Amino acid sequence: MKEHPRHARPHITRDENLIFERSSPGKCGVDLPAPEVPAASAAELLGEDLSRQEIPGFPEVSELEVIRHFTRLSTWNYGVDTGLYPLGSCTMKYNPRINEVVAGLEGLATDHPYAPAELTQGCLKVLYDTTRCMAEITGMDAVSLQPSAGAQGELSGILMIHACMADRGNPRKYVLIPDSAHGTNPASVTTSGYQVKNLKSDAHGCVDLGELELAMTEDVAGLMLTIPNTLGIFEVHIREICELVHRKGGLVYMDGANMNALVGVARPADFGADVMHLNVHKTFSTPHGGGGPGAGPVAVRKVLEPYLPSPMVVKSPDGTYSLDYDRPKSIGRVRAFYGNFGVVVRTLAFIAANGGEGLRQSTQDAVLNANYVMRKLQDLYELPYNEPCMHECVLSDHRQAARGVHTMDIAKRLIDYGFHPYTTAFPLIVPGAVMIEPTESASKEELDEFIEAMRAVAEEVEENPEFVLKAPYTTRVSRLDEATAARKPILRWKE
Amino acid sequence: MRYLPNSPRDREEMLRTLGHSSIEELFAQIPEQIRFPGRLDLPGPLSEQEVLESFKQAAGQSTREYASLLGAGAYLHFRPAAVDSLLSRGEFFTAYTPYQAELAQGTLQAMFEFQTLIAQLTGMEVSNASLYDGSTATTEAVLMSLRLTRRNRVVVAKTLHPEYREVMATYLRQMGTEIADVSYGASGQLDIAALESALSKETAVVVVQSPNFLGTIERFGVIAELVHRSGALLVVTVNEPLSLAVVNPPADADIICGEAQSFGVPVAFGGPYVGFLATREKFVRQMPGRLVGQTVDTEGRRGFVLTLATREQHIRREKATSNICTNQSLCALAATIYLCLLGKHGLKALAEHNLTMAHYAADQLAAVPGTSIPFASPYFNEFVVKAPGRADALLSELRQESILGGVNLERFYPELKDHLLVCVTETVNKVTLDRMVEVYRDFSAQRQVKAAAPSGASQAVGQEKA
Ligand SMILES: Cc1ncc(COP(=O)(O)O)c(C=O)c1O
Repeated sequence: MKEHPRHARPHITRDENLIFERSSPGKCGVDLPAPEVPAASAAELLGEDLSRQEIPGFPEVSELEVIRHFTRLSTWNYGVDTGLYPLGSCTMKYNPRINEVVAGLEGLATDHPYAPAELTQGCLKVLYDTTRCMAEITGMDAVSLQPSAGAQGELSGILMIHACMADRGNPRKYVLIPDSAHGTNPASVTTSGYQVKNLKSDAHGCVDLGELELAMTEDVAGLMLTIPNTLGIFEVHIREICELVHRKGGLVYMDGANMNALVGVARPADFGADVMHLNVHKTFSTPHGGGGPGAGPVAVRKVLEPYLPSPMVVKSPDGTYSLDYDRPKSIGRVRAFYGNFGVVVRTLAFIAANGGEGLRQSTQDAVLNANYVMRKLQDLYELPYNEPCMHECVLSDHRQAARGVHTMDIAKRLIDYGFHPYTTAFPLIVPGAVMIEPTESASKEELDEFIEAMRAVAEEVEENPEFVLKAPYTTRVSRLDEATAARKPILRWKE
Repeated sequence: MRYLPNSPRDREEMLRTLGHSSIEELFAQIPEQIRFPGRLDLPGPLSEQEVLESFKQAAGQSTREYASLLGAGAYLHFRPAAVDSLLSRGEFFTAYTPYQAELAQGTLQAMFEFQTLIAQLTGMEVSNASLYDGSTATTEAVLMSLRLTRRNRVVVAKTLHPEYREVMATYLRQMGTEIADVSYGASGQLDIAALESALSKETAVVVVQSPNFLGTIERFGVIAELVHRSGALLVVTVNEPLSLAVVNPPADADIICGEAQSFGVPVAFGGPYVGFLATREKFVRQMPGRLVGQTVDTEGRRGFVLTLATREQHIRREKATSNICTNQSLCALAATIYLCLLGKHGLKALAEHNLTMAHYAADQLAAVPGTSIPFASPYFNEFVVKAPGRADALLSELRQESILGGVNLERFYPELKDHLLVCVTETVNKVTLDRMVEVYRDFSAQRQVKAAAPSGASQAVGQEKA
C-alpha cells in the first residue's frame, strides 16, 4: 500500500455552496445602460395577465461572487489541461488555445445565420473549406457539417441510407450492429425507424464473416461498423465485409469516432464505407467542454450525396459561397441553421495548424502510445484480445475481480495517483473493461508515470483490496451514493 | 508539430520497447491495399501566427460593421466579460462528460444549477442538462410525448420556427407519425378554431411556440384546456427565453423546451447553442438527455452525479429515450454564468429594456406612411412589419446604412409577402433605430413620388404584381 501516492497532493479548494444559497436580496452582477427612451413596464406593454412579476428563487449576487463561485467550482474538475485523460473512445487530446481565439473573433462569433450570404462570405468559406478537408481525410465525395455531434451524424447517415434504399424500391427493416458497438449506434438506429439486429463478434473481437453472411438478409438495409472497433482493433477483413454487404444490396455506415487511428493512414471510402461521421471533438481537438458541444460531420460517397441534410454550402465558379436549399432528395434538416459553426472553426484551425503531415504524425503517435501502454500493462492486467491495437487498448479487471476489485475501483484509485480514469463500462463484450486511449497528446514521460500508477494499483489489489475499494482518498468528495440519487432524484435546488 | 510532446528519441525508445523497427509495423493490421499511400491534400501546416492571420481574413468578410435587427431564433445580446473569462478555465472546457463524479464536481454542480435556473425560469419542476439546440429540444419533446401518450399524431403551430418544423419532420418521417399544422389567426396568435378541429383522440401532442415566430406572445389558457381535454400533451417552445423574465410561463404546459442561446452564448452563425427541456416530475423517466442529481458521499457530504442513466443510450442502447450522448454542456455553463450575473433584477431589467426599445421601434415604424404592424397581439422584442413596398429593396436600402433590417418572412410564409421580422435587443441603440425609421420614411416617400408620377404609377403597380 502506498501511503503517499507520488503524483497526487490535495490542494486547497474552498467549499462552495450552490449559487442560490449565496444569494441575498438587492444584489446584481450587472449594471445596464440607462434607457434611451422612457421605460415602460411589462405590465403596461403586455397587460397584467401576461406579465410576470418575478422569477421566484432566482439568484441575486455580485459580479465578484459569480467569478469566485465558478472559479472555485472549476478547481474541482479535472481537464486535459490538468493531466493525462486516457478515456477510451473519447480521444481526450490537447485543445489548442489559438482555436479558442479564432473562434471568438468578431465576425466569426457574431455573424447571424440569416445575414445575407454576400455579407457572410467569411463564415461560409470556413464551412466550405472544412467540408473539403473532411472529404479529403475520409476519401468521401461530399460532407455535411450540420449534425451537432456524433450521435446526430449517425442518425443523419442512417436516415440517408433509408432514403436511398426507399428510392431503390425497398427501405428494408433492419440495421446490423456488432455487439461491441457504442450505445449511440443502436439508439440512433431506433430513432431512425429501423430495428437493430445484433451481430456477434468473433474470437478476435472482429466481425465474423460467417455470421455476417447469415445475418445480411433481404430485410437488412446495412451494417453499422466502428473502425477500428471499440477494442481498438482494425477489422482486417473490412473490404470483404463491405463487399458482402454491398453484394446483398445493403450499405455500410462507419462510426468514425475512432478516426484518430486512421487520419492520413487509411481512408474509409477506400475500404468500402458508404457513409460515416466524424467526431471533431475527438479527432480534431475541439474541446469537450464538460460534455459538449461537439460536431458530427457526416461524409458520404456519391450514391448518398443527394440525401445529405439541407442546406449545403457551395462554391460558385466565381469564387463566392452560398447555401444550396434546392435539394429535393435531401433527408431535410437535422437541426436549425448550419451546424455547430463555432466548433467547425476550431476544427479547421486544428487541421490547418497540423497540415497533412502533422495529422499523420499525430495518428502515428496515438497508435504508438496505445501499444506502449498495452504492452507495459498486459502482464498485470488481462488482455482479452491479444492483438496489436491501434489508438486505444482494452484490458480487463479479470485478475483483480478475483480479489473483489473491479474496473471502477481501479479507476477510482487511479485518481489518487493524479490521473483521470480510463473508460470502465464499455465495450460490453469485455466484462470489466479497462479501456485506455492515451492519444498523441501524452508524452512518454507521462505514460511511464501512468503505467507506474496502474502497476502500483495492481499491487495494492494484491496486498490490500479493501483499501482500493474505498478510493479515491484525495478528492473533494469521496464515492458518491449513486443508488440513492437515482431512487429519490433531487434534480434541482429548492428554497 | 508544436502540439506533440513526444521527441523523436521518445518515439524510437518506445518502438524499441515494442520490438518494432519502424512505425509502419504498427499499422500492419491494415491491409496494404487499403492503406493511403499519398499525402493528404490539406491546408497547412501553419504557425500559430499564420492560423490567426487566415481566420482574421475570414472574420473580415462579415457583418461585424453592421447593426443587426435579425432574430428569428438567434438573438444578439450583450455578453458580460465574466462569461468568457470563466468559460476559458481549462478545468471546465477541457473536461469530458462528468461520468467520474469525484473529478467533475465543478461541472456537475454547475449543471445542477443550470437545471435549477431553467426550472425556475420556465416554472417547471425539472429540467435536463441540455440538448443540442431549440430545434432538437422541440423534436425530443415531441418524441417524449409520443412515448408518454402512446398516440401517434402531432399537431404543430405553423408559427413554430420553420426550421424547427423541418427538423421535426426529418425525425418523424420514418415513424409514420402524422404532423398536422395549425395556422395563425389575424392577431398573429394561434388560430383556436383551427386548433380545435385539428385535435382528435389520436393527437399525442400539440406544439406551440411563444413568443411565436411572428414575435407574438400566445395566450395559453384556452389552448391548454383544449389540448388536455383531448388527452394530448402541450409542448411550449421558447426560443427567446429572455422573454420569460417579463412574460408568465404557461403554467399548464406539460413540457417547456427551447433554445437558451440568448443567455451568454454567441450568435456564431447558428451554433453551438443550447437546447433545454423542462417538464413535470412525473414525466422524468421519459426525459431525453443527461440529468444531474444531488446525493451524498460516504461521509455524508453533498455531491452531484449523473443520474437516471437507465434512460440513456450507454445503458439502454436501442431502448433509450434518445440517442443523444455529447450535449452542449459548455454552452449550458455559459447560460448558467450569464443568468447568475444578471440574476433576478438584471434579467428583468434587461427584458424590460428589450421590450421598451422594441415597442419604441414598432411605434415609430407604424407612423411611416405605407408601413404597418399587422399583428395586434402583445410581443416581446420581435415583431412583424409590413414594408412600404418591396421588402428586399427596403432591406438593401437599410444595408446601405449598415443596418441588417430583419428577416424577409416571405421566405418561410409565402402569404407574408413584403413582411419583415424585426428584432430589437439591447445591442441596438436609439440612434440606429431612428436611422432605420428614416430609411423606411425615405423608401416610402420615393414610392409615393413614383406613384404620383403618371408613368411611375403603372410601374409601381407592375412591381407589386411581380
Ligand atoms: C464509438 C463511439 N461512437 C459514437 C459516439 C457518440 O458520439 P457523440 O458523443 O459525439 O454523440 C461515441 C462517443 O461517445 C463513441 O465513442
